[in-house]
Amino acid sequence: MALDSSSVPTAAPSKLVKAATSETRIARLTLIVVALGFVVLFLLLPLATVFIEAFRNGPVEFATTLRDPETFSAIRLTLIVAAIAVPLNLVFGVAAAWAIAKFEFKGKAFLTTLIDLPFSVSPVISGLVFVLLFGANSALGPFLQKYGIHILFAVPGLVLATVFVTFPFVARELIPLMQEQGTSDEEAALSLGATGWQTFWHVTLPNIKWGLLYGVLLCNARAMGEFGAVSVVSGHIRGQTNTMPLQVEILYNEYNFVAAFAVATVLALLALVTLVLKTALELRYSDEIAASRRH
Amino acid sequence: MEVRVQNIRKEFGRFPALDDVSLDIRSGELIALLGPSGSGKTTLLRLIAGLESPTDGTIFFGAEDASRKSVQQRNIGFVFQHYALFRHMTVLDNVSFGLKVRPSSRRPPAAEIRRRALDLLELVQLSGLEKRYPAQLSGGQRQRVALARAMAVEPNVLLLDEPFGALDAQVRKELRRWLREIHDRTGHTTVFVTHDQEEALELADRVVVMSKGAIEQVGTPDEIYDQPVSPFVYGFIGQSNCLNVTLSRGEIWLEDRPIGLRAANEPDGAATLYFRPHDIELIDGCGGCLAGLVTASRRVAGTRHLELDLGKAHPSVEIELPPERASSTDHTRVAFRPTKWKLFRKDGDVAAAPQLVEAPASELARTGT
Repeated sequence: MALDSSSVPTAAPSKLVKAATSETRIARLTLIVVALGFVVLFLLLPLATVFIEAFRNGPVEFATTLRDPETFSAIRLTLIVAAIAVPLNLVFGVAAAWAIAKFEFKGKAFLTTLIDLPFSVSPVISGLVFVLLFGANSALGPFLQKYGIHILFAVPGLVLATVFVTFPFVARELIPLMQEQGTSDEEAALSLGATGWQTFWHVTLPNIKWGLLYGVLLCNARAMGEFGAVSVVSGHIRGQTNTMPLQVEILYNEYNFVAAFAVATVLALLALVTLVLKTALELRYSDEIAASRRH
Repeated sequence: MEVRVQNIRKEFGRFPALDDVSLDIRSGELIALLGPSGSGKTTLLRLIAGLESPTDGTIFFGAEDASRKSVQQRNIGFVFQHYALFRHMTVLDNVSFGLKVRPSSRRPPAAEIRRRALDLLELVQLSGLEKRYPAQLSGGQRQRVALARAMAVEPNVLLLDEPFGALDAQVRKELRRWLREIHDRTGHTTVFVTHDQEEALELADRVVVMSKGAIEQVGTPDEIYDQPVSPFVYGFIGQSNCLNVTLSRGEIWLEDRPIGLRAANEPDGAATLYFRPHDIELIDGCGGCLAGLVTASRRVAGTRHLELDLGKAHPSVEIELPPERASSTDHTRVAFRPTKWKLFRKDGDVAAAPQLVEAPASELARTGT
C-alpha cells in the first residue's frame, strides 16, 4: 500500500475513534465554564453577598438584630403559615392528583388547567383576589365584620394567600407520576380484598412517596419565601402580620441593611436546609428511588 | 366454583364492548377467552372480577348474584398482564398481602400467614426468593409471584389477563405447561385471556372464541378446531382457505367447473367454501376437482406447504402435503379436493358441511349434513 505516512498518522491503540456521544476536550471545557460561570454569577454571588452583608458588623450585631421582637415575630409567623399551608396543600395535592390520574370524568382537562392557575397568575393578583373576596367593601365584608371574623390583615388571610400560591407544587409533582404508574397496582390490592384506605396506605402512598416528598419540600420553600400575594393581604402590621420576606423589605427600606440581610440569611438558610435535606434523601435512598421508577 | 355470565352488556361511552354475552363456566374448569384485540375478552374478564361493572346483565358465582358485590367481596384472584406486583414489598409480603389486609376477625395469625405464603412460593417453585423485591426477579418469576399472590386468598375463581403475554417464547411454553400442572393440582376454576390460539388450544379445557364483543363459539379445543361454527372461527383458528363458490342442483361449482363436492339439500346460490390446508387429497386426472398452478413451495418442519393459483378471480390457496408426496408431484399443476370442508352462505349461516369422519378417498361426492 502506497500511503503517505506523513499525512496519515499511525493511530496508537488508545486513540481509536471516540464514542459518538463524547465531546472534544474544548467543547467540554467550554460547556463546563459557561455553566459554572452562570452558577457563580447568578446564584453563589448573590447568596454570598447576603451573608457578607449580614455579618458586616460582626456576629454580635447579627445576633441582636435577630433577637428584635418584630423580627422574631416575623420568623414565628412564617413558620406558622408554612406549618398550616403545607399540610393543607399536601392533602389537596394528593386528592387532586389522585382524581386526575386515576379517574375519568368530565371537566378533567379543565381541572388540570385550574391547578396550574396559581403559576400563571401574578402573585400580586392572587393576593388581590382575597382582598376583593374578604375586604370591607366585598359582599362577604359586612358578614365577616358582624361576627368579628378577621381574615384580611391576619393569619387566616396569609394562610389563604400562601395556600393559593403554593397549591400546584404537590399536585404537579404527583400527576405525571401517578399517571405513569396507572391503576393496576390499586386494582391488584382491591382484588386481594384490601379496602380503599388500605390500598392507599399500603400501595398508593409507598409508590408516590418520593414524588410527594419533593412536592412538599418545594411547596415549603415557596410557602416560606412567598412575597407578592402575602404582601397584599398582610397589611404590614409590625410584629403581627409581617412574614420574613415582608420584614426583610421593611428593614431594607428603613436602611437597616444589617438587620435586613440578617433576616435574609435565616430565610436563605431555611431554603438551604430544604435543599440539603432533599439531596441527602436522594443519596441515602437512591437505590429505592431508582427501583420505584422502573418496573 | 361455577360462574354464570348472563346476558352481559358493557358499554364504554356509547361504544358497546360486550353485547349480550352469556357464558357458563364449570367448577374446576380451565377456560380460555380467545380473540383478537378489541374483541372484548379482557372486558369480560374484568367484569367477572368486578373491576368493571356491567351496563346490563348478571353474573352468578354459584347460586349467588355476584354482580351486586364489590371486587373485594367477590373473593377472586386476578393476575394482571404486567403482574402489578407491589414494587416496594418483598416477594413474601406481596404473596401475604391478601391475607394481611383482612379484618382481624377473618385474618389468620401472622405465623400462619407466613407459613401459607411460603407454601405457595414452594408451589410456584420460588422457594428461597421470598426476600427479593420484584425488580430483582425475571419476568417468568414475577409472573409466578403474581399467581401465588392471587392464590393466597383462596379465590372462588382465578382470573388471568394475558398471563404469558410479556414473556419470551421459551419461558412462555414452560410456564404454560406449569400452569396446567398447578391447575390440575389445586383445582381452582380458572379463566384466562389470550390472543394466542396455540396457548388457548393447548392449555384450556374449553375455549371461548370472541369477536367484536360477542362470543362466536364455545367448545373444547378439538371442537373449536374441527367444527368451527362461523367463518370468523374458521379464519381465526388455525390455517384455512376460503373460496367463493356457487351451488347448483346440489353440486358445488367454482366458476364454470364442478369441483366434485356435493351439498345435496342446499338451495342454489352463492356460498363460501372453507377448508384447511391439510384436509385435502391429491387427485390424478381431474373430473371434478380444484386445480391450480404451484406458485410457491415451502418446507415447514415435517410438511411441505404449496401455494396454488386457482385463477385470477380467486385468492391463492395453500395446501399441506407430506414432503415425499409433494416431491412426487413435480409437475407445476396440482389437482386436489378438500376432504373436510364447510360451506357458509353469504350471511354467515352454516350452510353445509360433510361428516367429519374420514370417508374413503374414492368417494367422489359427499353429502352435506
